[in-house]
Amino acid sequence: MKTILMLIAKRAALGVATLLVVSLILFLGVELLPGDVAQAILGQDASPDNVANLRRELGLDLPPAQRYLDWLGGVLHGDFGRSLATGREISSLIGPRILNTLFLAGFAAAIAVPLALGLGVLAAVYRNSVFDRVVNIGALGSISIPEFFLCYVLILWLSVNLGIFPSISNISADLSLAERAFRTVLPALALTIGVLAYMMRMTRAAITNLLARPYIQMARLKGASPGSVIVRHALPNAFAPIINVVALSLAHLVVGVVVVEVIFVYPGVGQLLVDSVARRDVTVVQSCSLFFALTYVLLNLIADILAIATNPRLLHPR
Amino acid sequence: MNTNAGTAPLLEIAGLRVEVTTDDGPREVVHGVDLTLRRGEILGLIGESGAGKSTLGLAALGFARDGSRFSAGSIRFDGQELVGAPERQLRALRGLRVAYVAQSAAASFNPAHNLIDQYAEIPVGRGLKSRRQAQAEAQEMYRTLLLPDPGGIGYRYPHQVSGGQLQRAMIAMAMACQPELIVFDEPTTALDVTTQVEVLTAIKLIVEKFGTAALYITHDLAVVAQMADRIMVLRHGRVVEEGETRRMLSTPREAYTRDLLGLRAAARPAVPAEAGEEPLLRVDNVSAAYGGGFKILHDVSIAVGRRRTVAVVGESGSGKSSLARVITGLLPPSEGRILFDGAPLPPRMRQRSRAHLKRIQMIYQSPDTALNPRQRVNEILMRPLEFYLRLNGRERQERIDRLLEMIELDPDYGQRFPDELSGGEKQRVCIARALAAEPDLIICDEVTSALDQLVAQGILKLLQRLQDELSVSFLFITHDLVTVKAIADEIIVMQNGRVVEQGARETVLAPPHHPYTELLLSSVPQMDPDWLDRLLAARSGATG
Amino acid sequence: MAIHMTGRNGGIGGAGALTAVLAAGLVLAAFAAAALASGKTAGLAVGAAAALHLVLLARALLRPSATPSAATAILLATVVYGAGALALHSRFAAFPGSGLVGLAILHVTVLTAARQWRTLRKAPPSAMIGLAVTFAYAMIAALAPLLAPYPEAAIVGSEYEPWGADFVLGTDNLGRDMLSRLIFATRNTISIAAVATALGFAAGAAAGLLAATIGGWIDTAMGRVVDILMAIPQLIFALLILTIVGTSITSLVLVIAVVDATRVFRLVRAVSMNVLALEFVEAARLRGEGLLWIIRREVLPNITAPLIVEFGIRFCFVFLFISSLSFLGLGIQPPTADWGSMVRENAALIVYGDITPLLPAGAIAVLAVAINLAVDWFLHTSSGLKE
Repeated sequence: MKTILMLIAKRAALGVATLLVVSLILFLGVELLPGDVAQAILGQDASPDNVANLRRELGLDLPPAQRYLDWLGGVLHGDFGRSLATGREISSLIGPRILNTLFLAGFAAAIAVPLALGLGVLAAVYRNSVFDRVVNIGALGSISIPEFFLCYVLILWLSVNLGIFPSISNISADLSLAERAFRTVLPALALTIGVLAYMMRMTRAAITNLLARPYIQMARLKGASPGSVIVRHALPNAFAPIINVVALSLAHLVVGVVVVEVIFVYPGVGQLLVDSVARRDVTVVQSCSLFFALTYVLLNLIADILAIATNPRLLHPR
Repeated sequence: MNTNAGTAPLLEIAGLRVEVTTDDGPREVVHGVDLTLRRGEILGLIGESGAGKSTLGLAALGFARDGSRFSAGSIRFDGQELVGAPERQLRALRGLRVAYVAQSAAASFNPAHNLIDQYAEIPVGRGLKSRRQAQAEAQEMYRTLLLPDPGGIGYRYPHQVSGGQLQRAMIAMAMACQPELIVFDEPTTALDVTTQVEVLTAIKLIVEKFGTAALYITHDLAVVAQMADRIMVLRHGRVVEEGETRRMLSTPREAYTRDLLGLRAAARPAVPAEAGEEPLLRVDNVSAAYGGGFKILHDVSIAVGRRRTVAVVGESGSGKSSLARVITGLLPPSEGRILFDGAPLPPRMRQRSRAHLKRIQMIYQSPDTALNPRQRVNEILMRPLEFYLRLNGRERQERIDRLLEMIELDPDYGQRFPDELSGGEKQRVCIARALAAEPDLIICDEVTSALDQLVAQGILKLLQRLQDELSVSFLFITHDLVTVKAIADEIIVMQNGRVVEQGARETVLAPPHHPYTELLLSSVPQMDPDWLDRLLAARSGATG
Repeated sequence: MAIHMTGRNGGIGGAGALTAVLAAGLVLAAFAAAALASGKTAGLAVGAAAALHLVLLARALLRPSATPSAATAILLATVVYGAGALALHSRFAAFPGSGLVGLAILHVTVLTAARQWRTLRKAPPSAMIGLAVTFAYAMIAALAPLLAPYPEAAIVGSEYEPWGADFVLGTDNLGRDMLSRLIFATRNTISIAAVATALGFAAGAAAGLLAATIGGWIDTAMGRVVDILMAIPQLIFALLILTIVGTSITSLVLVIAVVDATRVFRLVRAVSMNVLALEFVEAARLRGEGLLWIIRREVLPNITAPLIVEFGIRFCFVFLFISSLSFLGLGIQPPTADWGSMVRENAALIVYGDITPLLPAGAIAVLAVAINLAVDWFLHTSSGLKE
């Protein structure tokens, strides 16, 4: 047991270290911006005095190391600084959007994960059958189609032609859960299809790999029923590869959110990010990136830890 | 031996043909085999790789591997036809009336469950026994099979148990429902010779106690001589010969059988040491450890004379391969030194000059991975000629032709890629590659272990001939005592990183022995069917 | 008409190869002459390039492992191409560079196909279609200026004209011809994607090979750096850098190359380590072979199959990525034609049920599917490419 705890602790520490380095990179990114931040906020024809004042106010005259620590401290308290374009507090901008993005991603994940795992396992068990081929072709198609194509096809079909769902998901905090879910269906669907194919293929590959192991053949030679072979023999060894697949796909999902939010004008962090990039509002971009990077690193960390915790060799060391 | 003459056969295979689907279409691998097995009888299936023995063994369970199928013939188990039978029927038989013991226990046990749960899976799953009953029986079975800690070992996981013990646990698992037939598929091939004796004993015990019939598949005639009532020789998917064990061993009818038996024929006379000559290679008090401080060689001292074959024998963990790595400079010793031709050799390979590297060459165990699959034979042989001897153009080509001749391959082999060669041919190319450098010492690391016995015999003959023609020394690392008896001038016995005994061949092979050498020598199966019984009697007599 | 003379080791030698090379040379010379004749000094550059091309061609044909069918195939291809060139003579003369690139792609494809004929023959129809489509896209990209009816950014009609005789696929939101823009977009996206992929691949593969072969602290250090870089999602990283340095083609290519290099590093390192564990590498090391030899002659030839597969997959990701960025307005900037930005520009049409904006998106999808089909099959044939 101790070995596992130590391994997990090591991995967690590594995760935290990674996060710190990532935050450093994001911070340095802003530092590399040519020109002066304060100047950028006030504009070209601001007076030098005003610029100097703003610099002092924003703490830009402090040494970089200090500023990094201040910024990091601020972030841990929920203070992300100010937008360059509007001067507003970023935390007020980002806060509600984080919830929206998580809602959208969660909605998509809730549909995609069980569906993909189920289809993947079935495709692996019945590989080279008609079912498998159809599923594979479908997956191939979905992977090759760019996200925005998918979104527009969905809009064209379900919104314009059939008129069921709205093509723009303008949700706000005061909507009921049902209403919110209804307006989120199209973007969630687009996300789901994009991630489903990817996850399903990886699951199929992992399970096929597993089913080729000698102990699976041994189980069949012992006369175990096909159900028993899958449930008793394959699944307990499938945790690690499946967790890996799910985590990678969720990470994929987090990034796919960006394009989808833009097309459906969904008020999430992704849309804010893209708008800010266009306006070169670096501080907002920095904060949005931090959110995405954090989620990504956390998901990978959880995946690794779960993989360690379900490894029989580590659970029962020599 | 429990033969019940006059009863109907338990297993009857008639005219069986098995087809395998390849990229180029279906290919038949078993061409009309007939096989009969009575209750309580043990039939040994013997043959080289590709003979179809595993395929036949699996066929006894009605099982065809993925990508293969029974294209013709019949398999009857106790009167029930297995070919074309629905999967449900076959499942009812497997585990219950017919069981299988695989070659690699480590790969065949599910890493996620402990041993006793895997034992109990079938009896409990079929409703034959309760969980408690099954576990109690498992412990009893482990005791019968002489496993240590029979009460507790079942609760361990496969990766926590050693190879020989795991194999016996698999045998126990196969016996869980007391089947009428067990198929043993090379159960001891992957084990050390001393461990093999334990497992062979276990198999004999269990089969006699429960009167189970068995198909014993192996490539080792001496092993099958101990276990089987009848022997069937297979080659390329056909039956070559079949008959009662003693008759087969004393008067084999077919040439192929005689060849297989002749593997233990007379050895080449040992070359006596030349007194007073400076040895070519001297290893003085060498100790070595891998990273982490775990010592694998303790104070090892050996010497190899010129034009001599020195065999290093040991089981897994003896350190013999590590010794080779120290000599070639891949593993620097922590203590001691190595002298080559009188002068000290730099401990690390990187510190050695090309001239040094040229003089010591190595041949590896697995010819499949020892040759670059993207280089033709010509290119493989060309490189050492270019690198060490700085030959070019026509001279180089002539040398390549001569090397091919030396290893008994036609000159057009030069154009081939390794995957167009057989295992034996590949190993010959490896030998040629080593010879191309014109070395003084060639280290052979288990060079025949991965080859079929007849092919291995050919390689050994080649090496001996080469030694006579060229003045090269061999350091022959192996676990196979039979080979050692045939080719070695001197023998070095190693155990757990130490040299236990060394000297001229006759000296080491004759008593008195170091206890480990005694154990090793006595564990090598002999062609005599009573060998195992006598060994067990002798050992229990000695300890009793 | 197979040319049969075989050389000492079974190759084409002698008359066979010389004839093939000579014929190809004649066509190229005619080509260069046409360019010079129309007054373009670029004809000199074409001549030089043609000479280089001939040398490479000759080398390929005179190798001992070349097959007679390779020579035949090249001859046929050159003849066909030459005929087409002469027919469209004026356009080819106007764009000699494009013509030559097209010829090079054609010859490389034909040579490879001839060499690998045995493996290719066993390919399922899906893979053949994939390969054919990919080849078609490559040729369209190379020959874009010759094929497009109108220039890339010229306004030639009114906005959103319907599909008709003048404008086969109608016009876009500014009145530019859709078909021409699609063709030029193929060239732009593919060439930028190709450069970015190639850069990233070269860097990642080199780093991966070195890390695996040298091992030790270099390997650990590189691994850590890559782990950190990979901890930031691709899109986010790209957006961040593009915000800072601005969106230009150079910065786009460099950002994508850096991000891609990390993934390629991981893969190349993994497959290299598998090969390095095999005994023939140890045998080479024991011989005293240096680092470069081991990488070049022992490891690299044994990882070509996974490398090719990975290149295909990476290329796919990259042009999908560029399209997404352009769609968001952050990639290739107008008026340069690009699939992603074309979708964005014409998105308004979707609300009216017109599928025209989906054409560029469809073009992306078709290419992606084609590459995936080809790559999937290639993965199956584990034997890979054999000389």
